[in-house]
Amino acid sequence: MGYPHPSHAGETPVLSQYFGDREAITLDGWRKRGGYNGLQKALSMSPSEIVDVVKASGLRGRGGAGFPTGIKWSFMKPGDGKPHYLCCNADESEPGTFKDREIMRWTPHALVEGCAIGAYAIGAETAYIYIRGEFTEPLARMRAAVREAYDAGILGKNAMGTGKRIDIVIHKGAGAYICGEETAMMNSIEGRRGNPRIKPPFPAVSGVFAQPTTINNVETLVAVPHIIVRGAEWYKGLSLSSPKSTGSKLFSVCGNIAKPGNYEVTLGFSFKDFLYDLCGGPLPGRKFKAIIPGGISVPIQTMEEAEATKMDYEGFVEQGSMLGSGGVIVFDDQQNMVKQIARAARFFAHESCAQCTQCREGTAWTTKIMERIRDGEGTAEDLDTLFSIADNMTGKTICVLSDSCAVPVVSGINKFRSEFEALIKKPTFHPVTAAVA
Amino acid sequence: MATTAEPTTAIAQPKMVNLTIEGRPVSVPEGMSILEAGKRAGILIPHYCYHPGLSIAGNCRMCLVEVEKAPKLAPSCATAVAEGQVVHIYTEKALEARKGVLEMLLINHPLDCPICDKSGECELQDFTYQEGPAESRLRDPKRFNPIEDFGGDVLYTTNRCILCTRCVRFMDEIAQDTVLNVTERGDRALIGKFEGKDMTHAWAGNVIDLCPVGALLSKDSLNKARSWELDHAPSVCPGCSQGCNMSIDTRDNVVVRLRPRPNESVNKYFMCDVGRLDYRWINRQDRVEVPLLRRGEAHVAADWDIAIPATAALLDGKRVFVAASPNLSNETLYLLSRLMRANGGSGAFTVATGSEAPLPGVEDLALRAERAANGNGAELVGFKRAASPLDGLAAGDVLVIADADSTNISADKLALASAIIVIGTTLPENLRMASVVLPIANYAEEDGTFTNLRGRVQRFSQAKAAPGMARPSWWVVGDVLAALGKGDAYYLASEVFSAMASDVTAFAGMSYDTLGMRGLVVSGGAL
Repeated sequence: MGYPHPSHAGETPVLSQYFGDREAITLDGWRKRGGYNGLQKALSMSPSEIVDVVKASGLRGRGGAGFPTGIKWSFMKPGDGKPHYLCCNADESEPGTFKDREIMRWTPHALVEGCAIGAYAIGAETAYIYIRGEFTEPLARMRAAVREAYDAGILGKNAMGTGKRIDIVIHKGAGAYICGEETAMMNSIEGRRGNPRIKPPFPAVSGVFAQPTTINNVETLVAVPHIIVRGAEWYKGLSLSSPKSTGSKLFSVCGNIAKPGNYEVTLGFSFKDFLYDLCGGPLPGRKFKAIIPGGISVPIQTMEEAEATKMDYEGFVEQGSMLGSGGVIVFDDQQNMVKQIARAARFFAHESCAQCTQCREGTAWTTKIMERIRDGEGTAEDLDTLFSIADNMTGKTICVLSDSCAVPVVSGINKFRSEFEALIKKPTFHPVTAAVA
Repeated sequence: MATTAEPTTAIAQPKMVNLTIEGRPVSVPEGMSILEAGKRAGILIPHYCYHPGLSIAGNCRMCLVEVEKAPKLAPSCATAVAEGQVVHIYTEKALEARKGVLEMLLINHPLDCPICDKSGECELQDFTYQEGPAESRLRDPKRFNPIEDFGGDVLYTTNRCILCTRCVRFMDEIAQDTVLNVTERGDRALIGKFEGKDMTHAWAGNVIDLCPVGALLSKDSLNKARSWELDHAPSVCPGCSQGCNMSIDTRDNVVVRLRPRPNESVNKYFMCDVGRLDYRWINRQDRVEVPLLRRGEAHVAADWDIAIPATAALLDGKRVFVAASPNLSNETLYLLSRLMRANGGSGAFTVATGSEAPLPGVEDLALRAERAANGNGAELVGFKRAASPLDGLAAGDVLVIADADSTNISADKLALASAIIVIGTTLPENLRMASVVLPIANYAEEDGTFTNLRGRVQRFSQAKAAPGMARPSWWVVGDVLAALGKGDAYYLASEVFSAMASDVTAFAGMSYDTLGMRGLVVSGGAL
C-alpha cells in the first residue's frame, strides 16, 4: 500500500498489506493475520523442497542486483560439515530507498519468519540481521519481535516444536553505507572494519567467520513466507511483462512528487501510470524532469525513458537504467541536475571505504570537479576529465561503490549536458587583483 | 654437536600449471598468483599493496593485468594462475588502467620528491616514471594532513601515504601487536595509531622498509642522505645469534643505515630495531690505525713489516691463550685457533646476553638473548664459552686479546700473562700495557662469514674501508701464522674459508661459491 497514503487500486499489497497497522507489530496481532503459517509449513518440508519452491517462484534479490534467490540458496551445499550462516541485509542505506525500514517498522515478525525459513532452507542455524545504525525505531521493533519469537518458542533450540534450531542475532551497524555491501557487512558482523573483501572466495564458499554464508535483502526474505503459503505458481503469476521478473516489489518514492511514499506493485507495471496515477504526478504547476529509479547508484532516466519503462528488472535496463533497490528519486523542472549530481558524488566520496585507489581518490576528485562546475568555476576540459575519471572508476575495484559514483555522473552528463555547459559557458568570474602593484 | 646427516624431508611435488605471460611460457606451482608467476617470467608487474611477506589486500589496484577470456582486468596479486591462461601486462587497456591508478595516487600526493628521504628508491616514483601520466589533470587544492610521530623510530608523513596498508598488515599479522589502523574513510583516510599505542615493538621499524613510498620514514636516518648517494653492501647483522641478512648502506665511507635483506631461511624480509639502529659504533673515530709496539713506557707506531715479525717473536714456542670476540668471523677465529693450538694453548670467549624479542608471525625469528653473531662459529673451531674472557689463562701464557670486550678484565688476571698482544679495532684503557697492538678492520670493513644459532654459515662483505693501516683480521692473523712458519699467508677471505673447510669437519665441502648470499647449514645440521 502506498504508505502513508491510502492504498491505490493499482497496487498489489502483499508485503505492505499491514503497513500502518499497529496491531501487526506484535506477535499476537501477526498471528491473527496469518503470521508464522509459512514457517510452520516450511519446517515440515525438507530444505531442498523449500529451495525448489523459491526457485520455481522466480523470486529475485530485491537488494539491487536481482540475482535469483533460489539459485543463490542452492549454492549452499548441505552436509559439508561446516556451520552455515544466513545474513539478512537490513543496512538499507541506498539514498532514496526506505522500503525495508517500513517492513521492519510495521511487520517485524514477517522478517523474523522470512529469516527463519531462509536459515532452515540453507542449512543454517544462525541468521544475522544486520540493521543500519541510523534505524533506531526499526531496530527496537525488530529486537522486540525477536524476543517475542524466542519467548513463544518460534526461535531457539526447538523452533516451533520441530526440534530444529534457529537462532536470530540482530547486529546493529554503525552508520556506514558500504556495510550494505555483502562482504563489508560480513566484516562488520565479525567486528572488523567494514571493508569489502576480494571475491573470490564468494560468500557461499567463505563468508561470515569464513563459513558458507548467504546474504539476502529484507524484502526478499519477507516475500518467502508468502511463496511458501500460497505456492510458487501464485507468485510466478504476479508478473505483468517479463517472465523473468515475478512477484510484487516495493518502490520508495521521494523527491518532487505529489505523494511520496512506499508503493507495492506487481513487476512489469507501467512506470508512467505509477508516477502520474499512483504517486499523484508532479507538484502543482511543475513538470517532471528526471528520475533515478533504483537508488542513487543507477543511471538517471530522462522523462522520455521513464515514461516508456515497464517496472521490472529487464524493463529498466531497456530504458537506460536499472531496477536497483527500487528507490525512486524524482526531480522536477525546478532542480538543477548539476547540483543534484554533485550532491550524489559527495555522498559516495564520503562513504568510500578508502581501500581501492580509484574509489578513494576518484570519488573525491569527481566531487571536487562537480562542485566546481556547480559553483560556476568549471572549465571546458572538466567534462572530459569527469568521463575519464569515471572510466577509471568502473570495473576496476573490489566492490561497486566506485562504479556507483561514476554512474550518475556519466548518465547525468550524457542526458543533461546542456545544464553542465550552461554553467561552464557562463562562468562566475572571480577577478584576482594583483597583490603587488 | 651431533654428527648425524641432515635429515631429508620429503616435500610433496606441487602440481604445476602452465601459462603464458606476455608471450613467455612459464610453469609455476598451482595456486600461485599471476604477480608471482610474472616474476618467474622475468616481469615485475607494478604493485603497491602486495608484499610477499604479508597477506593479500588487493586494494591498490596497481597490478591490474589483462587475462584473455576474463571480462574485467584482473588484480594479478589476487588472481591465481590457471592452466592455459594467457596474461597480457602491457596492453593498452591494462596500461590505461594502471596509468589511471597512478594519476589517482598522485592527485593528493605532495610531489615533494626533492625533500623526501624515499626519493630514488620509491616505488611510486619508479612506476610513475615507467607508466604514469606526464602531468596531473587536478585543478583543485590537494588534501593536507600534518606529519605524525608514530613513536619508536617511525615518522608518518601522511600526505605521501597511498594507503596500501602494508604497515597495518605487518603490525597485525607479523608483529601481532595491533598498533596501526586505517582511520576515516574516502580521501580523508589515513594510517592511524590506536589510542595509547606506539610503534615501540622491537620489530616495528620494518614498516619503514615495507612502505613503498615516503610515508613511513626512519627518524634515525631522517634527512641524512639521498638514496642515490648510498652504496649498499650485503652483510649479516652482528647484533645477535639470529644472523639476519642485511644491507649496510654507506655514504662517503660512513655507515648511515642498516636495512634487512631478504633471506627466506633466516629472516624473511625483516630485521629488528635493535639490530637496525646499532650501527654508530661502526663509524667510531677512536680506532687504532697503525700497528703499535711497546718501547718502554710508550707505544710507538710501526709498519706491518716490523709489527708482524715482532708479534711472531713474542709467540714463538710459547703457550698461547686467545681471548676472542664472538663477533669475529669464522675465518679469523679459525686462524686464531691454529695460533692457540700451535703450542697446546687454549681460547675462550664471552657473550653478552639480553632479553629475547621474537617476531611472532615468522617461525624461528627473534632478537636472540645471545647478543653476538658468531658464538657457534667460535665453538666449532675450538673456543670455549666462558663466563669471564680470561677463564683458562695459565700463568706464563702469551695472552692474545682478539677484539674481546676487556671491560671486565682485571689487572691481576692480566698480570698472569707473560706478554699481551692486542689484535683489535680499539685499544682500551686497561690494555695499554700490551706489547703489541695490531689494528684490524671491523666486520663492516672486511669479508667473512658468521655461523648463526641454527648453524647457518652466512657471508658478509666489506661495506667501507678500514681506517689507516688497519687490515682485515684474518689477514693479520694469517700473516702472524706465516711469520711463525705455520702456514702460507692468505690474500683473500675465501682462501681462509677454504682452508677452514678442509680442516674443520663442520665446514667440510663449503666454499664462498657454494654459500652464495643465502648461506648453508654446517654439516651435522642445525646446532
